[in-house]
This record gives sequence, structure tokens and C-alpha cells, in this order.
Amino acid sequence: MRKLPQWADVVLVPLISLLLAALVAALVLLAIGQSPTAALGIMVEGAFGSANGWGYTLYYTTSFIFTGLSVIVAFHAGLFNIGGEGQAQLGGLGVALVCLALPWPHWTLALLAATLAAAVFGAAWAAIPAYLQAKRGSHIVITTIMFNYIASALIVYMLVDVLRPAGQMDPASARFPVGAKLPALSDMPFLREFFARLNPDGTPRLTKAGVAMYSNVPANVTLFIALAACVVVWLLLWRTRLGYQIRAFGKSEAASKYAGINPVKITMIAMLISGGLAGMMAINNVMGSAERLLQNSAEGAGFIGIAVALMGRNHPLGVLLAALLFGFLYQGGAALGLNTTIPIEMRIVVQGLVILFTGALDQMVRMLLVWLFSFGRKAAV
Amino acid sequence: MDYETLMQILGSTVRLGTPLLLACLAGLFSERAGIFDIGLEGKMLAAAMAAGSVAAMSGSAWVGLLAGIGASLIFAMLHGVASITFRGNQLISGVALNFLSSGITVLVAQALFGQGGRTPPLAGDARFNPITLPFAESLKDVPLIGPLYYEVISGHSILVYAAMAFVPLSWWVLYRTRFGLRLRAVGENPAAVDTAGVSVVGLRYAALAITGVLCGIAGAYMATALQAGFGREMTAGRGYIALAALIFAKWRPWQALGATMLFGFFQALALRPDVVERVAQFKVPVSMLDALPYILTVLVLAGFVGKAIPPRAGGEPYVKER
Repeated sequence: MRKLPQWADVVLVPLISLLLAALVAALVLLAIGQSPTAALGIMVEGAFGSANGWGYTLYYTTSFIFTGLSVIVAFHAGLFNIGGEGQAQLGGLGVALVCLALPWPHWTLALLAATLAAAVFGAAWAAIPAYLQAKRGSHIVITTIMFNYIASALIVYMLVDVLRPAGQMDPASARFPVGAKLPALSDMPFLREFFARLNPDGTPRLTKAGVAMYSNVPANVTLFIALAACVVVWLLLWRTRLGYQIRAFGKSEAASKYAGINPVKITMIAMLISGGLAGMMAINNVMGSAERLLQNSAEGAGFIGIAVALMGRNHPLGVLLAALLFGFLYQGGAALGLNTTIPIEMRIVVQGLVILFTGALDQMVRMLLVWLFSFGRKAAV
Repeated sequence: MDYETLMQILGSTVRLGTPLLLACLAGLFSERAGIFDIGLEGKMLAAAMAAGSVAAMSGSAWVGLLAGIGASLIFAMLHGVASITFRGNQLISGVALNFLSSGITVLVAQALFGQGGRTPPLAGDARFNPITLPFAESLKDVPLIGPLYYEVISGHSILVYAAMAFVPLSWWVLYRTRFGLRLRAVGENPAAVDTAGVSVVGLRYAALAITGVLCGIAGAYMATALQAGFGREMTAGRGYIALAALIFAKWRPWQALGATMLFGFFQALALRPDVVERVAQFKVPVSMLDALPYILTVLVLAGFVGKAIPPRAGGEPYVKER
């Protein structure tokens, strides 16, 4: 097969895959008797049409950046970590234990400790599948799937039998102390003007005491940690010796072994970093938004990481853009569920289609492009 | 635990183990042909929705079964197009199809019935009802054998007996027919099969078609026999448990029966925490029972309970020439 020019491979292939996914999603909507254009309009309005919408979109984006980065670090080592969901849930457990352990004096201290705990718990949950892959050759995909289920059973046990305060009915931990509350984007200087609530005539809405009112949004300071994580992962993968070893190992295990790279070590390290990143997602949802540990706290974000990584072509910058896209999709999908008769599950359909076209059918898209490019070449001759 | 209770639990073991068994045999065929299929879950779910909907509309469980098999076959063929024809990543394709199925089943059920993504409750001929085997009623009071025959062996829907029959049938097809030999060979060494002039692509599509049919029956059983109608996410990870059972069984049909019934037994126990507590003499968390199949599978994968060696060419797209 002829090779595509690099720009086409990097830009055109994901865009066309996305277009195909959107096309099929539109057909699905038509088939159930809905208008795709109206649905798209509602999604855009819901996700980007208001400061409140942005607050949710960026909140989802933050989670998806972490899980997307988690998947690409493992991908670069040739490992498919499908266990981000379980690792993120365990990260949530770490966050909850840390936040509930002390009456935290200031959120910065709590954030530091919680981030560490989230990463350690996430990494620990990835460590067993990693060890089994490295030492015993058990397939990492199967073991991480199993660990997702074991994680959710463990969390149910922890919430029902250990962390649930006496007298509470629903399986959830106690509320975190006030000192562990992370500032939302609408609490931050400068940024919060964006979230000011306006009267219909455009003037700021004031409380009776004359203080400006702000929307309360779930997007929080974790967003900046996620952005920093993108840079760190990029530096790690392309600017350090370890990153080189990870990528070399992922490209060819035999060649990297010959070059003196220890496969057990690289498998373990890549999976620990991957699990740690997935776990760190918990500071966004558990600490930043829910402020207590709930059952199924990750809400599928671990799986969306797979779509984000595929869409983002395994690059942190791509992950950032893809995470924003999926943030839009999630918030827009929620708007669909609220304002139309289209079920909220539509976003899962789109998610599946994006994974299918960008991940499994990318060869088809490439063949299509090569075929199209061959026309251009003939015309030039 | 008295004998009566044990028999009741074994009875629900058979009922709960059947969808696992069907899905496990489904996975057996595709993985033996070298196609990893983590999309068992999605196929079952699609089949459950199609079977539940069509049974509700037509009033016939049999028509529902056909629709379920059809829906599952569509997903199986999509997997084939992605992973055989376009040589895409089989794992990613499976993940994608699971999501697609999870969302689209709710969308379609909602569009058809407008009941929050559920189908209307099924009754009468729209369900596969339990069959009481001959003499079950009259033998019920015979000690030991009576309750065993009445609770465990008799009183299941026809799909349960069909699933049991598929075990020896699968063994026979895989180990005693030319097709089975070729199917196993294509999972170990597709190049050799190709050299012998047999189509690798054709064999793999055939294996996926069998997978589709079996998952279709499993899903239809969920919606029209085990429960009375389709509900969102009703397969609840059974496709993954079946995958676990397949590894536990080391990719062999008879062992698949044992593994799925063991995992079905855990599910049956999880429904009766009172019995577990009485036998174990202390409070066993139900979530622990839920997690047991997965923990056991990890132990098997780790090689603590014998070594599980998957088909050698599994997961690799076959490229004829470079």
C-alpha cells in the first residue's frame, strides 16, 4: 500500500474518521425519527452556549485528559490499558481516605496529598496486571478488564461496610471537610468574571446585599493540573531517556531487548504511570465536584480515555483537543437528554462510533485516502 | 444448608449459568479461529433488545429469538469487517462495538416503546416458559433424586436444554469435523491453512457467524426466558464473565460448561446472602461473591491454577503478502 503524506496521516485521517462517525450518528438519529441538525444545535448550545455550559464541558474535559494520557502512555509501551475505569475508581478511594483523614487547614495542602494518594492508588491497581503481563505473560487487556470489575466490587464493599457513616442509607462516604474543598473556576479571580450571572438586559445580577452572583460550576482548579500533565507526559515521552525506552519497547520488544532495555522494568513503569494518571482523574470528580466518594464515581471516563487517545493520535496535544471534543459531546449529550426526547445514551453511541472509526477502521480510512490521493497524482502527471 | 435449599440454588445456577455458557461457547469459536472478541457483551445486549422488542410486538418468543440472532449477527459481521477485512485492532473493535450496543439498544427501545429504554413486560407465548419434564411432579417427593430432578434438571426453558446440547455439539464440530480442524488451525497458524488452499478470511468469518448466532441465543434467553423483557444494560457484564470463563476453561468446550456453571453458582449464591451467611458462619460481603469469577480468572491467568495458553494467532490480523 502506498504511504500517505505525514500531514494527511496526522490531520486528515482522524478528521475523516470523525466525520464518518458523525455521519453514522446522524443516520442513527434519522432512523429513530429525530433531526440531526437540531440535535447538533442543542448540543453546541448546551456545551458552549453559556458560561454554565462551559463549566461542565471543561469539567468533563479535565477528567478525559487524565484518562486519555493514561491510555497513551501505555499505548506507547505497546500495552492496551483498558483498566482506566478501575484505576480511576481506586484513585477516588485514595482521595476519599486522604480527605477524610484530617481536618485540612487549606485546600492546597489537601490537593497535594490527595493528588499523591490518587496517583499511588491508581498505580497500585495497575501494578498487579502489569506484573502479571511482565512476569507471567498474562494478557494485559483481559487482566485489566477483570480488575475493573474487582475494583467496582471493592468500592461497593468499602462504601457499604467501611466508609459509610452510621445512619446513612445510600452507599457513599461522608462529606469531605471544608478545608479539602477545591476552588471551582467560578471561585477564581479573573476567571470568575466569565461565570458572572447576568440579568436578561446584560447587567450583572446582584444579591440583595449588592454582591455579584456567579454560576456554580464543577470545573475546578484540577483543569490546570491536567494541562500541566499534558506537558509533563510530552516531556517524559519525547525528551527523556525513559520515554525513549518506553517508545522503543512499544515499537519492537525484540529490538529494545537487544539494545539492553529491560522489558519487565519498562512494562511495570509504563503501567504504573498509566495507572497513576488514571487515578489522578479522581481529584477532579471526587474531590473537585462530588466532595464525597460515590459508587461508580468514574462514570465511564476511564473508557472514554480509550476514545480520546485514539482520536488524539497518541499525542498529548491530540489528547487535549480530543478531550475537549468529548467534553463537548458529554455536556452536549446531557443537554440532549434534558431538552429533547433523545435519550442521553446517544453520547455512548457516538463514543462507540468514534472508537470504531478512529481505532478499528482507521485502515479503511487510510485506504480511502490513498485511493483519493492517487487521483491527484494522476492529474498532476 | 439443607438439601432443599441446595437444590434451589443449583436450579438457579443452571438458569444463571446458561447465558454465560452460550456466550462462552460463542467466544470459543471466534477465539479458536484467531479472532479475539471482547464484544460478546455488546452482541448479547443487542440480541436481548431485539428479541425483547420483537417478541413484544409479535407475541412470539421464537420470532424474537430469530430477531435476536439477527441483531447479534450484524454486530459479529461489523467486527469481522473491522478486524478481518480491514485488519483493524480486534480489541479496539470489540470495545467500540460494546459501547455502540450499550447506547443504541436504549435508543431503539426508547424509540419503539417510549418506556425509558425498556421493552414492555412479556408474558405467555412471548416468553420461553419453563418446561416441566415428564414425572417431575410425581417424583418430587422421592428422597434425594426427586428434588434434584424437580429443581435442577426439570423446569427450565427450552433454551437451557439447547445450550447444554451445544456443549457436545461444539466439541464434535471442533474436534471431529474437517471444518473444526481447519478452524482450530486458522487460530494457530493461518499461513499453513492458507498454503493448503483454504480461505483464512472465509473461515474466520464463518467462526464469527457462529459466535453471532450463539450470542444471539444468549441475549434472547436473557430477555425472553430469564427475565420478562429487555432493560438497559441488562447483560450487566455477563459477556466479560463469559470471557473469563473461556480463559478458565482454557478454550475447551467441556471445561467451558464447568467454568460457566461454577460462575453461575457464584451468581446464584450472591442472590442468597442469607444462605451464604448461615454456611460460612460470618457475614460475607455480597460484592465479594460478585468479584469471585474475576479473581479466579486472574489467578488462572497468573498461572497459579494451571497454565492458560491462548490460540497462538489470536489477535493478529492475517496478512497474506507484504
